[in-house]
Amino acid sequence: MYAVEVAGLTKIYGQGDTAVTALCEASFQIEPGELVAILGPSGSGKTTLLTAIGLINEPTHGTLVIDGIAIAEEGWLPGLDLKTIRREKLGFIFQAHNLIPFLSALDNVILALEINHQPRAEAKRRATELLTSLNLGHRLHNYPKALSGGEAQRVAIARALANRPKVILADEPTAALDTENGKNVMALLKKIAEENRSAVMVVTHDHRMVEGFDRIFQVHDGRIVREERAPA
Amino acid sequence: MNLAIRDINYHRGRFILTSIGLGLLLGVVMSMGGIYRGLIADALAILQATDADLWVVQQNTNGPFAESSRIPEDLKYRIAGVPGIAQASPLSFQTIQIERQGKPFRFFLIGYDQNGLGGPPAIEAGRPIRQKRYEMVVSQGTKMNLGDTLHLGLNDYTVVGITGKIVSSSGDPAVFVTLADAQQIQFKKDNNAIRNDRARIEAKVAGMRAITPPQAKLLKENIAALTQSTHTVNAVVARLAPGASLSETQERIGRWNHLRALSVAQQTEILSKGMIEKARMQLGMFRIILLVISGVIISLIIYTSTLDKIRVIATLKLIGSQNRVIVGMILQQSLLMGGIAYGVGYILLSLTKDKFPRRIVLTPFDLQSLLVIVVLICTIASLVGIRKALRVDPAEALGG
Repeated sequence: MYAVEVAGLTKIYGQGDTAVTALCEASFQIEPGELVAILGPSGSGKTTLLTAIGLINEPTHGTLVIDGIAIAEEGWLPGLDLKTIRREKLGFIFQAHNLIPFLSALDNVILALEINHQPRAEAKRRATELLTSLNLGHRLHNYPKALSGGEAQRVAIARALANRPKVILADEPTAALDTENGKNVMALLKKIAEENRSAVMVVTHDHRMVEGFDRIFQVHDGRIVREERAPA
Repeated sequence: MNLAIRDINYHRGRFILTSIGLGLLLGVVMSMGGIYRGLIADALAILQATDADLWVVQQNTNGPFAESSRIPEDLKYRIAGVPGIAQASPLSFQTIQIERQGKPFRFFLIGYDQNGLGGPPAIEAGRPIRQKRYEMVVSQGTKMNLGDTLHLGLNDYTVVGITGKIVSSSGDPAVFVTLADAQQIQFKKDNNAIRNDRARIEAKVAGMRAITPPQAKLLKENIAALTQSTHTVNAVVARLAPGASLSETQERIGRWNHLRALSVAQQTEILSKGMIEKARMQLGMFRIILLVISGVIISLIIYTSTLDKIRVIATLKLIGSQNRVIVGMILQQSLLMGGIAYGVGYILLSLTKDKFPRRIVLTPFDLQSLLVIVVLICTIASLVGIRKALRVDPAEALGG
């Protein structure tokens, strides 16, 4: 079973003469544990693709299946609780870490677990374990403003991993980091994909950061114009 | 995890300062209610301290607290003889403003019969008036001490006792003297006026050719005695005999065509509704305006606080948070702010209420009502922030 399957996924903003096709006929499948980059210049449609797969942006046409659950077919399928699917199946990593500023690193991760109805004790155990595994054991009780950019992004990754998502969607996760921290984050995402068997989709415009990715989709003017596979 | 508490704890300095500011505003709202209750308590203080069942006053008047009422002192005997009356006492009231220690000193002078009703209710220091003349008992509000003297009219009066916080309906502290002293102070003419009166009477009588010189002398003496008489009072208060009917006794006295017998309920109505109605409306308007201002301020604070948290809210939505988590965070913060502000206002007012020039009375009903209103205002005010939060697109969490 694929982690993500899209076929003919299209997003059109507006109608008639003012209609703009932001994403056109995207079709691909991503295996669990696969690390995929969506590469393209600003305005190419990569974030539209990410938000459609992230169940934020309703596709106009095409089908979307996540972890075997049919989500969209010419628009969202009726009767689905997108919020619950997002909570249980998807993990998000943002460009600017987006940690809750008034929660400690530990509480940021616990919050994601509590939102998914995990008991407090279990959530704390899992959050501590995750943060420690990401070398943040000494930063558990620090607030985001006390963390470096790289540390904050690792906390964000821990939060994204908290509910053991099948798909992790990362939007320019290295944009706010220096090259070294950026490479570290990318290496971490690769490790996560391998160890957790999660499909990781990273949107970026930085060619230097996609080294070691399993697949790279080049997006231009809303279309996937090229698909590169890493040599076996 | 309670996000509202975590956010408040993180921004506690800002939150506390905002709550204190709002607390000051709510303190003012509370004080308005307290002032109103104080006005009623003040207005009724003398009425309650007198502990009479009936107030007999000049006909077609509302009694000495509302307007001028003058009746002869000896009416007390006639009132005491009315069936159903157990005791009747004359009382005299006068607001006086003099200069004391270089400052204006205003008080409410009450003259009472030492063996009757209407004297100071309880002596907290010193003793009651024992001599018939030149002694007085003052209420705490005068800030006078035992042994202090006041020059009133033609004589000096010495403080021999201090009673509790008895004030007039205008808030002036009460000063008790004997009825004779009060009548002298209120009605005794000065020597010039007496001389003028005598000359005028003499001139008038001299013009009466029909009477003999001894008759003229007698007439002059009688007229002078009448014009110089101080045996006038402002009201005669009475207590009913056990089992006597208030309405029947009122009706009996009312039949006399120059008197009106007011019950305590009627006096209360006159004092609490008639005399302080305008003040009540004025204070009520202020309270409403201040509550609206508080509501607007809370709305603005919650709205701007929500704007500050747009990315947080978008992130929460994106990671699958239920709307009730977000709504709860905003609503709880609004309610907490209102609750803390209410507490600050209450503590502040409790600490300062005795320093206000007028009495502040905080009643549980008023305090509870205000708390309910504050909760309602906070709930309504938070709706602006909640509306904004619910409209936040999770996609706003993306991007730089």
